[in-house]
Amino acid sequence: MNSSNSIFQLLYISPPGWGGVLLTGALATLFISAGAYLLGMILGLVGALGKLSGPRPIRFTLNVYTTVVRAVPELVMIVALFYAGTSGLNHVLSLAGMGPIEVNGLVAAIAVLGFVQGAYMTEVIRGAILSIPVGQVEAAKAFGMRPTMRFRRIVLPSLLPNALPGFANLWLSVIKDSALIAVVGYQELALAARVAASNTKQYMLFFLAAAAIYLAITITSNLLFSAIEMYFRRGQRPVN
Amino acid sequence: MDFSWIVSYRELLLHGALLTCLLLVISVTVGFWIAVLLAVAQVGRNPVLKYAAKSYCTFFRGTPLLIQLWLIYYGLGSYLPHIPGLRGSFLWPIMREGVFFAGVALTLNFAAYQGEILRGTLLAVPKGELEAAKAAGMPPFMVLRRIWLPRAIRIGLPTLAGEIILQLKATPIVFSVTVMDLYGAAYKIRQDTLLVYEPLILVAAFYVALTFLITQAFQRLENAVPTRR
Repeated sequence: MNSSNSIFQLLYISPPGWGGVLLTGALATLFISAGAYLLGMILGLVGALGKLSGPRPIRFTLNVYTTVVRAVPELVMIVALFYAGTSGLNHVLSLAGMGPIEVNGLVAAIAVLGFVQGAYMTEVIRGAILSIPVGQVEAAKAFGMRPTMRFRRIVLPSLLPNALPGFANLWLSVIKDSALIAVVGYQELALAARVAASNTKQYMLFFLAAAAIYLAITITSNLLFSAIEMYFRRGQRPVN
Repeated sequence: MDFSWIVSYRELLLHGALLTCLLLVISVTVGFWIAVLLAVAQVGRNPVLKYAAKSYCTFFRGTPLLIQLWLIYYGLGSYLPHIPGLRGSFLWPIMREGVFFAGVALTLNFAAYQGEILRGTLLAVPKGELEAAKAAGMPPFMVLRRIWLPRAIRIGLPTLAGEIILQLKATPIVFSVTVMDLYGAAYKIRQDTLLVYEPLILVAAFYVALTFLITQAFQRLENAVPTRR
């Protein structure tokens, strides 16, 4: 076989090409990232509201959560939670008189990354809420708006433009952090590339291909987020 | 909780902690100087250098460190022995080790993030100061060396602490290329002793402590730099 031709045949979608494996891995990466991102956003919203207006013990717990998660390396956090999460769950189940269950790798990955994202999200949302002028919230109160309506009509629309750059950063970081899931053995894009590379001994080719896919995802996300931010900043006076 | 293994593994742990610190120091110092070059190239007038520096930053900031590390370790690493003369040279014993590739990957990655930050702070230096330097008769390179860069680095000082902490938290990944850093040591201890959490808790505590030290050091450094508010 001619060398340069056959090397690129390795990227074909169907076997003997490994393109299909890579694309399946890329889908898994996107799915894990999106799931973890959504979970993190829910945790972050609850966390931020709790930190800003919760009672003291809740505020203290949330402070411990955000400090510890943000100070410990993601890899250590992911490995610890991966084992702690599954064995903890089985412990609870055995207390309830049920047998141990096998936790789905995908669910575990989403839960673990989402828990880490939640801590960063809490800080982003808290900062965005704090940057809303107090007068606006007071005015809403004076109009007799209930807390939920106040949040929906006043807080959320003015929070979003301030939070979006932070959200964009976190989305990019969750995509890159999802590669760490490869270390605990779930086959997303990074691990798929490694499997393909070690099977064919074409390390350069497959890691470059994986890097290109990651790059495509991050660049597209960048464009998308700046479009979204532009939409939510409509009507705002531009700086300078 | 059983921490009795610390005594028998103290050498491994100490060695690992030192290696983690070494990787951090090397990647931050070397990476910082590469970042300066990248930032200057990005704000400079040469379109080729500008484009090259921009693509470098986009590539390294847009892909996971894990992929970069594997690309360098497995990808480049498999080509290195084919370069004539390299195998016999004095560099070979270093270039064979996983630590070398880990250091290179961490350095290049840090340079990309820091380069982007310095690009921003270079642009944030008040134009008047640069014009004043020019008016005082400084040639362009002297303006850069005496006024532009020092001012840009000072503006970027608060974010540098954050970047270094992020870099510290990125280091454990090097265990995936057989480097025995602190996390690698914990990994080995977990396999030897079958303890699930204790080694992880110990290394996590070490990372938190080091994070605290870095923030404290930078607080001092920031206070030492005179600023007018």
